Parts: sequence; structure tokens; C-alpha cells
Amino acid sequence: MSALAIELTGINKNFGNVCANKDVSLKVESGTIHGIIGENGAGKSTLMSILYGFYQADSGTISVQDKSMQIQNAHDAIDAGIGMVHQHFMLVDTFTVLENVVLGTETGYSLKKSLEASALELQRLEKEYHLEVGIDSVINTLPVGLQQRVEILKALYRGADILILDEPTGVLTPQEADHLFRVLSELREQGKTVILITHKLREIMAITDNVSVMRQGEMVAHLKTAETNQEELAELMVGRKVLLQVDKAPAKPGKPVLTVEHLDFTDDSGVHRVKDVSFNVRSGEIVGIAGVSGNGQSELLAAITGIQPLQKGQLKINSETIRPDMRADAADMRRFGMAHVPEDRQRMGLVTSFSAQENSILGYHNDPAYNGLFEMDRDAILSTCQHGMEHYDVRPNNLNLRASLFSGGNQQKLVVARELERDPELLVIGQPTRGVDIGAIEFIHRQIIAMRDAGKAVLLVSVELDEILSLSDRILVMFAGQIMGEVQASSANERDIGLLMAGISKEAT
Amino acid sequence: MNETQANTLVVTLVTIINLLLAFLVSGIVIWVLGEDPWFALKTMLYGAFGYDEGLGYTLYYTTNFIFTGLAFAVGFHCGLFNIGAEGQAYIGGLGVGLVCLWLESWPLWLVFPLAILASIVLGGLWGAIPGYLKAKRGSHEVVTTIMFNFIASVVMVNLLSHVLKPPQEMSPESREFSEGVWVPQMHEIFEWFGIEITQTPLNGTFFFALICLFLVWRFIWYTRWGYELRTVGTNETASVYAGISVSKNIIIAMVIGGGLAGFVGINEIMGSSHRLMLNFQAGIGFTGIAVSLIGRNHPLGILLAALLFGILYQGGAELSFEVQAIDRHMVVLIQGLVILFAGALENLFRPQIEQFVKRLAT
Repeated sequence: MSALAIELTGINKNFGNVCANKDVSLKVESGTIHGIIGENGAGKSTLMSILYGFYQADSGTISVQDKSMQIQNAHDAIDAGIGMVHQHFMLVDTFTVLENVVLGTETGYSLKKSLEASALELQRLEKEYHLEVGIDSVINTLPVGLQQRVEILKALYRGADILILDEPTGVLTPQEADHLFRVLSELREQGKTVILITHKLREIMAITDNVSVMRQGEMVAHLKTAETNQEELAELMVGRKVLLQVDKAPAKPGKPVLTVEHLDFTDDSGVHRVKDVSFNVRSGEIVGIAGVSGNGQSELLAAITGIQPLQKGQLKINSETIRPDMRADAADMRRFGMAHVPEDRQRMGLVTSFSAQENSILGYHNDPAYNGLFEMDRDAILSTCQHGMEHYDVRPNNLNLRASLFSGGNQQKLVVARELERDPELLVIGQPTRGVDIGAIEFIHRQIIAMRDAGKAVLLVSVELDEILSLSDRILVMFAGQIMGEVQASSANERDIGLLMAGISKEAT
Repeated sequence: MNETQANTLVVTLVTIINLLLAFLVSGIVIWVLGEDPWFALKTMLYGAFGYDEGLGYTLYYTTNFIFTGLAFAVGFHCGLFNIGAEGQAYIGGLGVGLVCLWLESWPLWLVFPLAILASIVLGGLWGAIPGYLKAKRGSHEVVTTIMFNFIASVVMVNLLSHVLKPPQEMSPESREFSEGVWVPQMHEIFEWFGIEITQTPLNGTFFFALICLFLVWRFIWYTRWGYELRTVGTNETASVYAGISVSKNIIIAMVIGGGLAGFVGINEIMGSSHRLMLNFQAGIGFTGIAVSLIGRNHPLGILLAALLFGILYQGGAELSFEVQAIDRHMVVLIQGLVILFAGALENLFRPQIEQFVKRLAT
């Protein structure tokens, strides 16, 4: 056994009455990639925040490189050689890469001097770890994957030997994620230690050497990755057996519920995002739209759901025809029988400062069922929310809690409950399980299939190919704003779809 | 103690401590000036509460601040920073004045609602234009509303000196309204019940202000229109998702705010001066911003903050009258310190207070 980079023993941390970490111990070997896996709210982030000095543990000891330490704040952590890459990047958008990296470590009065000195060091780091970004690029011109590299560079520049990555792939496309993993392997070869926090089993299996599993604030297992498998890890995480494969009967499609005809969309900056897209979704089937993120799926969703005004082409929902001159908005679409679970629940699907019950009627607040002559009917809203939260097992079951205080998975359940409980004819759902833990993913998938089996039409947009493959009955692949091809789910394989996602159509090969 | 209660406790403690701090610094200034701060405080409180005339003035000022505080708060809940209550009150007051001049032979029970309507229409219009510009053109409301304050001022100077001024008069004022359309003053109302109090400008509009507080509270938190307003104010993306029109709600919030500000005219024009005159709204609109912010944009908080500023206005006047070293500007200083500590430096001790409450809870 090699030297220990980090050893935590008996860490306890309480927030009020909530026990976030309970007698947690962790040993991370030097020069390895160590995964920490657990559902949202299992205490992974709290543990790492204690290690990085954001919180103080109530009790327990921390030692770094075999030296016992008191980590009071992030400075102590950095001095101890710990670097952290946050889930949401801490970068100044309008600064260059170099400026961002130097930020906070400038010396002397002249910024120019510190920048010049740092430029060399940064270029050396870029080369050494194959993290080329271009030190003079401005952050907001970089894709997310490269922004993340800047975060890693920042940590390395500050002399980090131990790198903590918090859910690093949450914002990345599969390709970008693969690239990140190559970078991480590189770092390991150079002798760095990497701690990877995630709830994605595949990532753990693909990249880590050791894995620790957390559940409800406790460490439930430390394993060698090579000696375990996804099923075992999932069971440890959730505390019961989990179906990773979705069980579903063959589809019985009926009449088209949604027909999209020659839809075209150009965004505000004049980029032609969706090009002449036509397809339909029939009752009793799930149509999946696959594609690397940023190929027009979001814009297609926005146009179909009334978030963006329809520009060209037309939609048919049941017997209603929607043309651009009707200027139909999201409220109209709901009236025509569409329910919409948006891609971004925090920005779009919820008003995070509102309570759960206020969120449970967002978009349906004008429904006569919730309204008296002047004031809203509190009891009706309350019972809707109560019913939804029970049926969808939202935890904690507190109607007055602000939406921001629910975990990601439970926030998503709040949205799904609101949209599905009204029994819509057509469900449009974008990235249904982004940032959602395994237990909730399984649950949400079952709900989507139940909708289909009840004879509803479902349009599913996801960048998770696994999700598309396991849920859809038909798969459409989008590339550069166009539908590259349609694949029957029964005969689909990852390779064919991967080619379509890269813009290579079958005819061409 | 649950989360909401803890929050309320924190907010209350933060506000109280900030106010005490403002008074402490005011006291130090008074002490430096060679006066006795304790005596100054007593004089001020006595001036504001000690006798019925003082109390009348205090509540009369409070009435004005309730209206402009609410005007700011409604916009704030829709994500707007409406600093145009000054102009909206001015133009709303014009509406009140015109109704009173035209319909002075009508009975009060008819003129009063019409005056309210007129101040809503004109004050609301004065809010609606910046609202429209914001909603459709993206012009920032802070810029446009402050411009509209100046426009209102010029419009009123012209109307008063050229159109509404009786020819033989020297001062730019309208003629006095006939007594039939005056809002009953508080001493008259008390007389109906056989109670005698000193005559002050305090009038029946005070009760109307309390009704407005209640209505705004129910509107913002209990109606679907308030729900839409708050959604737009907190998250525009979610509003679009929910099919809520952002531009419609911005305009609605500005119209309601303008109308509420216009009610200052009911209190000042119809209830006190009984004529249209220059600058009857001076400073009330701006003070409303501080009232609303200190009152956390909640009607109950606005009531308390409006009362506080009523005390500062009336008690401060008494203070500058009684104590020689303290003149009118000293009172402005105290008001400024209140705004500084309770508004700008609001979160000075918040972390400590939050910790304290957290420890209390466990």
C-alpha cells in the first residue's frame, strides 16, 4: 500500500438537526484516482467542503500527506496542496484564461509583471498535463469543456497535488467527459492524486482505482474498483436492489398527437439553429431525440413548447394547428394538451425562491380549480401539492419549503409531478435526469413509461445516449440543426447512432 | 422553531439593531455638537407622540409614506426599482385636484371614489409610460422614472402658473376647493363620536392607507395576478416557461405603483391643503423607497417603517424647534443615518445575528 494523500477519521458534521456526515472515515492513496459515490444529499459535497475548509467538522481529524492538519479555510487547503474544481465554475467570464488563473495570486503593484511571470508557468503546465486552452482566450468564448480545464489549471497553478472534482461531468457532453478522463489519467501518471465525486456509476467504473460509497451521511463501503461492479455499487448507494435496465413492454402506437412540419428556427444572434425539421409523435410511443448537446435540440424544444415564438413551419397538437402568426405562448400549448418538463429545472422549471406549493401550480395558476373570484384557493393548491409530493415521493415532504432547498432529484420530481399529474395528452421532456440521483432516475423513467403505456405521446430529448436507448421506441438523431436519421429502438446500436450524432449519415458510409 | 420563523426573527433583529445603531451614531453627533442626546431623544419622542397634535402630524406624514412605500414595493416584487413615486404622486395629485375643482358641487361620497380613480388613472399613466418603455424597449426604469419626475415637475409648474391659477392671484396655486369635497379631518371624525382632539392635517385618508396596505398584501401573496407579478420579479425564464407575459406584468406593476403613489394627492390635496399647489409631494416619493426597503417590501414592514419616518419628520421638527444647536438639517442627517444603516448597511451584523438565532434554535 502506497502512502496516504489524505486520511479523514471520524468526521461528524451536523447542520441544525440534520446530520450531514456521521463518523466518516476515508483513506485516499497517493497517486490514485479515488471515486466517492453516493446519491444527492448523501453527504459527499459536505465532506469535501470540510476537506477544502468551507465548513469545519464538528469532530474528527484530517491529515494530509501524513501530517495532521487543521483546515480553517480555503487558503489552508491550498497551502496543503489541495485544489478543488467546483461543479459550477468559479471563473470571471470576461477575463482571459491567464487573468483567471492569476486572479488572487498577483504579486506587487503592477498587474502586467505578475501576468508576464505567470504566462510562462501557465504555458508549461498546459504542455505538461496536455491541458491546452490558449492562455489569452476569453472565458466566455470557450466551450464548457475547456472552461473546466481552466479550473484544473487554476488548481495546478496554485501547486495542488490533490485535486478534488465535484460532479465534473454534469455539464459535459460525452466526448468532453471522455477527454476529461484522459486528462485525469495523465494527472495520475504524473503522480497527482485525484478525488472524483460523482453519482454516475459508469464514470466510477471507467476511471477510478478505488471507490468509497456514501449513503445518508455515512460511509458504507470502501472498495477496489476492479473488484466491484455497477450493480453492487448501485445497491450500496441506494440501500436496495436497483434496476439499471428499464423494463418495458413493446409500444402500441396509435394516431399522431404531435406533428412537426418544416420547423425552422434562427436565434437572436442570427445563427440558424433548427433547419427544416419534420417528424411526428404518436400516442402510446416515446420518441427520443439524441444528439450531442448544442445541435439544436434545445431550440427545437423551445419552439415546440412555446418558449420561443414559432418562426417558420407549423405544429399540430391533436386537432389544433399552430402557425407562426398565432403567436402561441407556453400557456396556449398547455391548453392544447402539452405538458413540458424543461431541460433546466432551476432556471426554467421552478422559481427556486418560491415554496414547493407555489411551484406546484407554476404554469397552471390560472386554472379555475385554483382560483376564486379574487384570491387563489389555498386549499386546492395545498392538496394538489400534497398529492403530487406523496405520489412522487418528494423528500422532505414539506409543502412550505423553498424549492432551492430540495436536492436536485427532488426538485426534478416536483417538476415531473406538476406536469404529469394533470394527465396531459402530450409530454415533452428535456434532459429528464440531468443531475438526478440513481433512485430518482429509476423512478422518473418508470413514470415516463407509465405515461406511454397509458396511451400518451412522449417526446424525449436527452444528451445521455443510454437514456435515449433505454426509453425510446423510435430515435431521431439531430446534428447541426437537422434530423440526420431515424432509428427503430429495437434495432438500434450505439455505434450507428454515434455516427449519426457525428453527422455521418447511413447513405454516406 | 421552523425555517420561516427563524427567518422572521433574523429579519426583525437585523432591522432593530440597525435602527439602534443609526440612533446611536445620531446621538454621538448630537453629543459632539454639545447637546444632550438623551434630552434630544426625549424631545423627539415627545414631539411625535407626547400630545395629540404631535401624534396627528406623525400619522399624517405616515399616511403619505405608506402610499409611496407601497408604490415602490409593488414594483420591487416585479423586479423593478421604481424611483418615480415622486412624479407619480405629483401627477396623481393633479388628477385629484382636477376632480375636486370640476365636481365641487357634487357630494363627497361621489367625489371621493372619482378622485381615487383619477389619481389611479393619472398616477398610473405616469408609471405606465416608463413601464411600457421597459417592457417593450428595454429602457431601464431607474433612468426613465427619474426623468419622469422632472417632466412631472415641469408639467405642474406650467399648469399651476398658467392654467389653474386664478388670474388675480400671485402664487402658483389653484383656488381653494369648496368645503363639500374636503376629506373629513380626524378631529371632525372624532367629533362624530363625541371625542375632542386638536385639529391637525390628519384626515380620513389615513384609514384609506390602512385599507391599501391590506389590499396590497392580499394582492401580492394571495391572487394569481400577484403570483404572476412575483414570478416575473424572481425568474423571467420561468415566467416565459409558465406562459406568463413578462412585459404585461411589468406594465401592470408600474400602473399599480403609480396609482398608489398618486394617493398621496388624496391625503395632501383633498385632505389637507384643499388646493393644488407646487411641490406638495416634495421628498415623499423618495422617502417611500427607504420606507419600503426598511420594511422589507412587506405591507406590515412598510406600515412600521412609514410610522418610523413619520416620527422622524414630526419629532425632528419638534427637535429643531426646541434645541438650538439642532436645525432642520440635523433631522435630515438622522434620516440619512437610518437609511444608511437600515438600508445600505443592512447586512452589517447579519451573519452574527443568524448564528445567534441558529444557536437559539438548537
